[in-house]
Amino acid sequence: MSIEVKNINHIYAEGLPFETVALNDISFNIDDGKFVGIIGHTGSGKSTLLQHLNGLLKPKSGSITVDGVDITAPGKKMTEIRKKVGLVFQYPEYQLFEETVEKDVAFGPKNLGMQGEELEATVKEAIELVGLDFEEIKERSPFDLSGGQKRRVAIAGVIAMKPKILILDEPTAGLDPKAHRELLSTIKKLHKNEKLTILFVSHNMDDIMEMADSVMVLENGTLVMNDSPERVFSRWEELEKIGLNVPQITELMKKLEKKDSSIEGNVFDMEKAASIIKNYINSKESKAQND
Amino acid sequence: MIRDITLGQYFPGNSKVHKLDARTKIIATIMFIVELFIVNNFYGFALATATMFMIIKVSKVPVRFMVKGLKPIFIIIIFTFVINVFMVDGTILFHWKFITISYEGLYRAFFMAARLILLILGSSILTLTTKPLSLTDGIEKLLRPLNKIGLPSHEIAMMMTIALRFIPTLLEETDKIMKAQQARGADFESGSVIHRAKSLIPILVPLFISAFRIAQDLAMAMEARCYKGGKGRTRMNEIKFTRSDIYASVFLAAFLAMIIGTRYI
Ligand SMILES: Nc1ncnc2c1ncn2[C@@H]1O[C@H](COP(=O)(O)OP(=O)(O)OP(=O)(O)O)[C@@H](O)[C@H]1O
Ligand SMILES: [Mg+2]
Repeated sequence: MSIEVKNINHIYAEGLPFETVALNDISFNIDDGKFVGIIGHTGSGKSTLLQHLNGLLKPKSGSITVDGVDITAPGKKMTEIRKKVGLVFQYPEYQLFEETVEKDVAFGPKNLGMQGEELEATVKEAIELVGLDFEEIKERSPFDLSGGQKRRVAIAGVIAMKPKILILDEPTAGLDPKAHRELLSTIKKLHKNEKLTILFVSHNMDDIMEMADSVMVLENGTLVMNDSPERVFSRWEELEKIGLNVPQITELMKKLEKKDSSIEGNVFDMEKAASIIKNYINSKESKAQND
Repeated sequence: MIRDITLGQYFPGNSKVHKLDARTKIIATIMFIVELFIVNNFYGFALATATMFMIIKVSKVPVRFMVKGLKPIFIIIIFTFVINVFMVDGTILFHWKFITISYEGLYRAFFMAARLILLILGSSILTLTTKPLSLTDGIEKLLRPLNKIGLPSHEIAMMMTIALRFIPTLLEETDKIMKAQQARGADFESGSVIHRAKSLIPILVPLFISAFRIAQDLAMAMEARCYKGGKGRTRMNEIKFTRSDIYASVFLAAFLAMIIGTRYI
């Protein structure tokens, strides 16, 4: 299922003194099955953009086509779109409301008309997909869970709607390192096994580097880069200017490159960095011996 | 959208009206409301309307923005108008089957609607041009004489400040929760009354939890900074009665005299 965005604009509080241009003439395509990372500093319009992709917000102008259907056309049935495009909000645990985890996860699919055994099976599957023990957790109140568990339940609530495209707005924000790692591997699994197209907002460049096929960079509502992670992160100076950074390993190598230009700075994975550093040290040592 | 609600909103600006002491504006607003009920003929309304628009002009708040604030109560205005038109007896102007419109009814309906619109526009000038903080400061100062009879004026003002401060926050929170539930396929617009009432649960539960969380965080933050009520508390920006407040008071007194005068035309 592909997404095609053409020249969309969005303005909040238009005509008032506190008017904000949140999206400025944004266009891009996302092919089926891709994993796309979205980065940009606070207030650059990431969340606004995501809310357009499942019809929660309407663009001021421009068009959005999901799977060949123009979702900006007036009178479009929204549940159809919500079924295709699952959106997990920033801090989704605040949307939990039911008495039990099972009921809460069932809220979405029930709204889409699912019921009976199918509903039960779907809920079970979704809860297990996010790495929770269904039997152990289903009768518990969502409010008694830990932060990381709540986050998983909220994500399960969206996955249970069986979307083909899953959009996650900073899903790992505020989680401890272990919960963070587990959630990432869950997302990876959904991408690999369930063949979901994934859009993923994160402030963690290492995660983006590790997971994404391509990266979109937003700045003040404008899409300034849309390229492979390697190509985006090799433009370190530009990223730094707009308040972003690069994966830690790249940052290290770029700093080393500044000290000695014989070191390659555009390195994005640990192994390669290690071998470059090793070679460098070896060559220095042999040079010292020769002298 | 729920965020379009302008009730109690502050419109940033730097005009003469913005700069007036909050106390002057509060008293002026109360006077204006009372005057609307003193007025009993066309001249009075014309004078009140003209004066109000003059003040709006000086305050530099766009009229379009103010009129937008009228939208939520539009139905009430229409309702009042219709009730008055049909229910008041008098000289018959128009008669068709059971519908009768009298001269007096039309007259009364017009005045009631005008009164309501002026009332709301007039009092919204106060909130639009006064920062919530100055507004409650003003209320606290005005209530201070009542401390003697045991009225905790500081605490009342503080509660109002907090309530006002958190209206936008809660609206924002509601907006976010509504969107999150819509993303899960919730539908708030269609279905029977019972269905719609039920569809509010997924909004209200998280909203209440958020509200309690916010309140708790705020209480903790205030305590951490040693807040302990109004006793011995001073302010960073004392509100001051300035020369322009004197001019404004003279102007308002003249306006009151003229309004009373219109009763005798
Ligand atoms: N409902 C709203 N009403 C008015 N302005 C808004 C609203 N939502 C967002 N904005 C403004 O639009 C701009 C983009 O906001 P958005 O939430 O899309 O940023 P973001 O990139 O998601 O930021 P963050 O990383 O903090 O989540 C910001 O300047 C913000 O203040
Ligand atoms: Mg955001």
